[in-house]
Amino acid sequence: MRNIQATQVTDVVRRLCIEANCHLTDDLKNCISACRACETFPVAQGILDQIIENYQIADTNNVPVCQDTGMACVFVDVGQDVHVEGSLEDAIHEGVKQGYAEGYLRKSVVRDPLDRVNTGDNTPAMIYYNLVPGDQIKITVAPKGFGSENMSQIKMLKPSDGLQGVKDFVLKVVEEAGPNPCPPIVVGVGIGGTFDKAAYLAKKALLRPVDSHHEEPFYADLEDELLEKINALGIGPQGFGGRTTALKVNIEKMPTHIAGLPVAVNINCHVTRHQSEVI
Amino acid sequence: MNKKIQTPFTREDARSLKAGDTCLITGVIYTARDAAHKRLCELVAQGRELPMDMRNAIIYFVGPTPAKPGQAIGSAGPTTSYRMDAYSPALIAIGQTGMIGKGKRNAEVIAAMKEYGAVYFGATGGCGALLSKCIKKAEIVAYEDLGAEAIRRLEVEDFPVTVIIDSEGNNLYETGREAYLQSVQGEA
Ligand code: SF4
Repeated sequence: MRNIQATQVTDVVRRLCIEANCHLTDDLKNCISACRACETFPVAQGILDQIIENYQIADTNNVPVCQDTGMACVFVDVGQDVHVEGSLEDAIHEGVKQGYAEGYLRKSVVRDPLDRVNTGDNTPAMIYYNLVPGDQIKITVAPKGFGSENMSQIKMLKPSDGLQGVKDFVLKVVEEAGPNPCPPIVVGVGIGGTFDKAAYLAKKALLRPVDSHHEEPFYADLEDELLEKINALGIGPQGFGGRTTALKVNIEKMPTHIAGLPVAVNINCHVTRHQSEVI
Repeated sequence: MNKKIQTPFTREDARSLKAGDTCLITGVIYTARDAAHKRLCELVAQGRELPMDMRNAIIYFVGPTPAKPGQAIGSAGPTTSYRMDAYSPALIAIGQTGMIGKGKRNAEVIAAMKEYGAVYFGATGGCGALLSKCIKKAEIVAYEDLGAEAIRRLEVEDFPVTVIIDSEGNNLYETGREAYLQSVQGEA
């Protein structure tokens, strides 16, 4: 058993909240630059230039890339040989509270979905635990904006809908989202599991670098095929027309029931944020 | 070519712009999101006075991050506009001439824009760090209790926007996409 203090967790979460909101990862920046180089439509080129200038300003001045600094989605891989002194869960919420205050990040969480009173400190975090072998804790903070979250959808397809049904659904979701989620977007697709697991997989897919592919060639090819089809829609950056509607499609899948084919599409924007640290 | 816009933004000014025009706005604009819109429309319904003059006004749909020391405002890019669809027609009817946001609008909003003469501008979503550089001054004028959603009076200089929907109902989301698809026809 390795002992880890809850305060260590708080420190890491606090840092990651600020880091993730002010600095995009290199894989994403490289992807945006590569798309700018391929873009042929002048209006779209202009928007992509603004997007590049924007994250450069955020990097230089340590300010949030986007004003919607999101709900703090926190993925925690807890090694089963770790013992946390104090409450792990409280430590995570405290880290979010401190990070959003110190980093001058926007507080965008309401305490109740219907009475809608702001909690004032961006808590609670949305926490996803995963128990893994080992004696470390890996924490990933992924602030999620709701312009894109609101454009996400889930569907329980029939097994007979098959591969074509999955492709059609992904394209339908992107088409219906149109200009709303600040394209160019990153598309997370979860296939299989149960209703809730499919949604979880779609969100988890957004954590994977945009220069990676699914480890199985079949799904890797499907990622590329869907990206190509999405970028043939013509929606373009901000919906003003162009090739670059999406930067990447990431798919995650898992076994499912003989009677089902759940598919979830979690849309993220060009401000796809996540930062990790291992304790 | 960028068109220069100076506030106040009159109905004549609004009617002179076309979907796809890129503009730089200088002058005073106001911020409001969902919660502030709801309160403004309640005042309109009760026939009471609004905290700012809505005539010839441009409203920016934004909830900025808190300003760091030395900043006029934090990151301040547009929020998705359809959530304001329920409220915009009533405000356009009493004189609002411009809206800045991102994303689609519904038929009622477009009908009001055509009837009274108003424009829907887009600012680049997800570019809050860049856009905040054009905001020189920000002060809360109402609903401080709403935090990021309070109504702020912004002084802007060359704030970059694109006309998405003009006062005749032309829509860049349709025409821009069409133009791109035509430009690549025959390729590949
Ligand atoms: S969708 Fe993304 S880029 Fe657009 S406002 Fe929300 S967080 Fe920012």
